[in-house]
Parts: sequence; structure tokens; C-alpha cells
Amino acid sequence: MSTHLHETTPFDADPQGWFGGPVEGFGGKFMPEALMRALDELDSGWQEAKADPGFVAEFDAILRDYANLPSPLYHAERLSERLGVRVLLKREDLNHTGAHKIRNVLGQALLTKRMGKTRVIAETGAGQHGVASATAAAYFGLDCTVYMGAVDTRRQALNVARMQLLGAEVVPVESGSATLKDAINEALRDWVASVETTAYLFGTAAGPHPFPTLVRDLTRGIGDEARAQCLEQYGVLPDAIAACVGGGSNAIGLFTAFLEDQDVAIYGFEAGGDGFETGRHAATIKAGDAGVLHGARTYVLQDEDGQTIESHSISAGLDYPGVGPQHAWLAKSGRASYLPVTDTEAMDAMALLSRTEGIIPAIESAHALAGGLRIAEQLRAEKGPEATLLINLSGRGDKDMGTAMEWFGLGESAGSDEGEQ
Amino acid sequence: MSVSTAFDKARAEGRAALVGYLPAGFPDVEGGIEIITAMAEAGCDVIEIGLPYSDPVMDGPTIQAAAQQALDGGVRTRDVLRTVEAVAATGVPTLVMTYWNPVERYGVDRFAADLAAAGGAGLITPDITPDYGQAWSAAADAHGLDKVFLVAPSSTDERIELTTSASRGFVYATAVMGVTGAREATSDLAGPLVERTRRFAPDDLPVAVGLGVSNGDQAAAVASYADGVIVGSAFVRCVLDHPGDRPGAVAAVRALAAELADGVRRG
Ligand SMILES: Cc1ncc(COP(=O)(O)O)c(C=O)c1O
Repeated sequence: MSTHLHETTPFDADPQGWFGGPVEGFGGKFMPEALMRALDELDSGWQEAKADPGFVAEFDAILRDYANLPSPLYHAERLSERLGVRVLLKREDLNHTGAHKIRNVLGQALLTKRMGKTRVIAETGAGQHGVASATAAAYFGLDCTVYMGAVDTRRQALNVARMQLLGAEVVPVESGSATLKDAINEALRDWVASVETTAYLFGTAAGPHPFPTLVRDLTRGIGDEARAQCLEQYGVLPDAIAACVGGGSNAIGLFTAFLEDQDVAIYGFEAGGDGFETGRHAATIKAGDAGVLHGARTYVLQDEDGQTIESHSISAGLDYPGVGPQHAWLAKSGRASYLPVTDTEAMDAMALLSRTEGIIPAIESAHALAGGLRIAEQLRAEKGPEATLLINLSGRGDKDMGTAMEWFGLGESAGSDEGEQ
Repeated sequence: MSVSTAFDKARAEGRAALVGYLPAGFPDVEGGIEIITAMAEAGCDVIEIGLPYSDPVMDGPTIQAAAQQALDGGVRTRDVLRTVEAVAATGVPTLVMTYWNPVERYGVDRFAADLAAAGGAGLITPDITPDYGQAWSAAADAHGLDKVFLVAPSSTDERIELTTSASRGFVYATAVMGVTGAREATSDLAGPLVERTRRFAPDDLPVAVGLGVSNGDQAAAVASYADGVIVGSAFVRCVLDHPGDRPGAVAAVRALAAELADGVRRG
């Protein structure tokens, strides 16, 4: 599983954290001096840990026995029939706590233990990373504080309750737009004051070096597993792979194993919100400009003066105006393609998968599916029914039932225009 | 004009320099100019003008509130430069304190050129360090601007050496581990940090201490071991406490500046 932790690729960051170099590329470490030592220690601590067979074996055992990994690679036969190509789903929705996020937090929390810190903090949007962090903290006996935008604590009350039941303190963040980016700001403010005792479990493959690399290493099991499973079960590599991109952890986790397979087309799907033309979206790579947000140079949704613009998506997990710097570089260098998917397309895909396969996906993952439907058409035209499309189903949709009820008019709200619950 | 003239003058008078901060556009652009000018007239030796930013990760609630108010009021980067021009005209050296993205967006060299043309002394950059600030260093050198980088209690000796050798004007010692905001007691991390910083800093680079000072006694305490005392949130508080009352805000700011100026002379 995680035995690939220490492997490198030609697409890795340099020791300063630059993907593609400091001039043309993305990444780096644009952070207050007060945090630089902690970031350097995290970097060297991680280099040591991932080279330590004992650490790797412990991580593998926890993933296997506690998190239910490796996740299956599932041939979605009815969907395949419908689309005319072979569709394989990487079932991260079956992981403990319901998404790929558990891989990242168990790894970072194990590293926290190793580095002798006693408290963890995290930011969360939809609450998935917060729940995963609270879970890992409970598992390892660490104190845990989760910052969550006040708007999101109201939208995702169920996940707030889960975190609290797991023993975490949830702090609603009222500043700025009171969503994910502000939760990150507040977590960073906590960290500046608490860095001696506290590790910041960053929730996605973004932020200052070494987080994009650390989170990539911890989530690359998705692709390492999927690549081996695909070869073993079908004797071929996929023709195309697809994932949704918020900050980019599930996507880079899938992509890494395939980066050097030049015949595998790589697609990332960003949240197109109300539609790219409306300006109400989170399609950072497509619409953003290079800039610095949360410690890295990357693509950022920003105005003429470099102020961050609020993003919009029906999916809280993709509702972020930045993106991990490695994705920015993969886009710029052309190795991967990034395209927006609207709220409507994603919700249609959510319904389609639910009804054809009996799998209710997270709305984030439904963006990957919706994008996959487009690629399938193209693949079928080019390669016929033998074509293989591998989609990362990053999480399950339980957390999204409130949104689904409103959108589709389900449950008690059936028939009501307002969709009140 | 480099801030070094102000530090030289204070040093010649055997005291620390008083550095006062307020964001531009707060409570609005014209009001900000009037209030900051009052700070300069009432005893600040150096002025820092904040460039309001949407994601101020190093700031506590007070400065966040001010920046948000300025942004809600529609402040633009060019308004910040206009504020610099007006304040620098008083003869008090004026720096801009800014998170990095607005500078990168404006164009690093263009920003440096326009700041110099406005009479600004340079930049304080809380979220870039010299190892990631080469573009800024080059532009600052080309336009003769001060480069104020920060050191913190958590900085290693190697990083303090790196930072002080890259700084010009002064080096900013953040005396507590935490975000900006007034504090009851001054930090016991400050003295040792200043001492460690002096060990690595070039002789002529002043060390100024920031974060938390809000009254004359605290200013005097910090002035006893530092070359400069930086006060931000307390000035912001004066303005927040006088909503819609410009004369009240100006009077409060003047009174605070006078008290602090007295403090740095007692230290
Ligand atoms: C199920 C699921 N998929 C994807 C994401 C997006 O994050 P990332 O881009 O880091 O994978 C989230 C974030 O909350 C999520 O919960």
C-alpha cells in the first residue's frame, strides 16, 4: 500500500518546494518567519519518517486494519454499458470516515506522534477533513481543534456533531467570507501561537512546502493501488484517469502513479459552480491567475489588486479559491488537463451513479464522474468499447444528503419549491 | 527616504524610535490620511501604512477588523500609494506593510517604482522571508528602498543571520509567538530575541520590536533594550473606538502617540 511513500518522480518539487522551478513554476514557502522553523522541521521529519521501514510498516498496518484499505477498484458494469467504455471506480468512498482524507490524516498524525507533539489543528470546509482529523486524533490520543467557517458549520451541522462526538473542539470562524479559506487563515493564526506543541494537519495538497509534497506522498496510495489493481485485474493501464480537484489531494493521490505513463491521459475536474461564464465558480486553474495564497505560488481566484475572490460551488469540498501548486505546474506543463464541471452536471452525475450502480457519491466525487462522462464519449469515439476510464470516487455522499434533498426535492421537502428541511 | 535617518536621529538623542502602524483606507481613504498624518505629527518617528488584504494570516481581530472595513469601503492599491505620498510629505519616513500577493499582482518592479515615486521608504513583508523574497530584494535594491524582514522567537540562529543580512532600514523582531494584538504584559521572549538578533545583525541595522505594545509604560520597557518600538493594534483601536467620529479618532490617536513618544524617551 504505502510502500511507495519514499518513491520520487520527475514531477516532484525541488528541496525549496518549487514544482517547475522558482521562475516558471509554482509552490515555495511564502510564510511568516515564525513558522519557518516548524515547516523546516516538518520537512526533515517527514524525510526521515518515510525512509524508516518501521514507520512505513506501522502506517500500512493502520491503513489496512483501521481505515479499510486498500480500497477496491470496481468495474461499474451498468455504467460501462451505458457509456460504451469500461469504467473503473476507485472506491475511496468505502474508507473509514467516508473519503480519501483518512489516508492523509492518519499519516500526518502518526508523524505528529513521532515528532513528539501533543496537539493537532485542522481546517475544514465540508467537514470531511475535520472528521478525519478528529478521528485520527482520537485514534492517537491527541488533542484536536478544528477551524470551520461559520457558514459551513451551519451548512454541515451533522459533521460538526461528528467531530464533537469524536472529542474535537470545533471553532466557527466568522472572519472574512466565513468559509474554507478563512478557516485556513484562522488555523494558521492558531499555529503561529502554538507551534511548539501543535502540528497543523493540512487537509489538502496545497499550502507552503512541505505540505503539497507531504500530502501527495500520503495520498499517492490511491494511484499506486489503482494502477496495480488495473494491471492485475485487466492486464492493461487505463487510457484515461479522472479526479475532482479542490485543493487537489485526491487528484494528486491518483495522478502520481501515472505521471510517467505517457499513454495515460490525466484529467482534473474543478468546480464550475453556476457556470464558468457567471463568475460564480471555483475553477481556479481555468480562471485564476498566478499568485500567492496560503503560502504557495499557485493559481488563485483574485481581483485586479490581488485580493482573493470568493469561490462558489455546491460542493463545500471544492469551494476553494486556490489549488495545490503541483496541479498548477501539471496544468502549465501540459501533463494534465483541468476542466470545469458545473453544479448541475455534478448533481446529474450523482443521481446517475446512485441509480445505475447503487452508489451515492460525494458531490465532490460527482464532479469527477460528470467530467468522466465527457471523456467517455471521446474515448469511445477514439478507441471503442475496449477503452478503459478510471475515475476516483473520492468519497461517499452521506454528508451531502441535505444538499441532495434540496436539489432534487427529496424527503419531506418533496414538491416544495423552497426545499426547506 | 530610508527610515535609517529616523533611527539615527533617535539614537543620537539616546532613545528608541517610535514606529506607528495604521492600515490605509481606514476608516476611509481621506480619513486614514488625516489620522496617520496626526500620528506622524504627534510623535511617531516612522510610519507603517498597512495594505489591506483579504487573507491577513498574521493579524489578530483588531487589525483584521480595520482591514476588512477598508476593503469593504473599496480601498485599492493605488489608494495605499496615495496615502503614502500624503504622509511621506510630512517628512516622516513611511513604509508600507503588506502581505505579498497584492505586490506580486501589481507587478513587483512596478510597485517598487511607484512606491519610491510616492516618497515611500520601503516595505515590511510579514509573509515573505529573504529565501523566498529574491524578486522583492532585487526590486528594492534597484529603487533604493528599505527591506524590512521579520525575525521571531522561533527563528534559528542561521535564519536570523540570513534575515538580518538581507534587511535594510531595520529588522522587525516579533516579540511574541502569535498574531498582532495588544497584550497586557510585554513578552519575556523579546529581550533574548533582540539580544540574539543583535549578535548577527550588521552594526548599523536597528532592531525594532513589535506586537502587543499599547501604552507608555510598555513602550518604555521595550525601549530599554530595543532600537525601535512598533505599535499597531493600539492605534487601530483608537479609531475603532470612535466610529463616525473623525475628530475623536484623531484626538485619541494624538494622545496615544504622545504617550508612547514619552515612553520611548523614558526607556
Ligand atoms: C469526498 C471529497 N472529495 C474531494 C474533496 C476535495 O479535496 P481534494 O481536492 O484535496 O481532494 C473533498 C474535500 O473535502 C472531499 O470531501
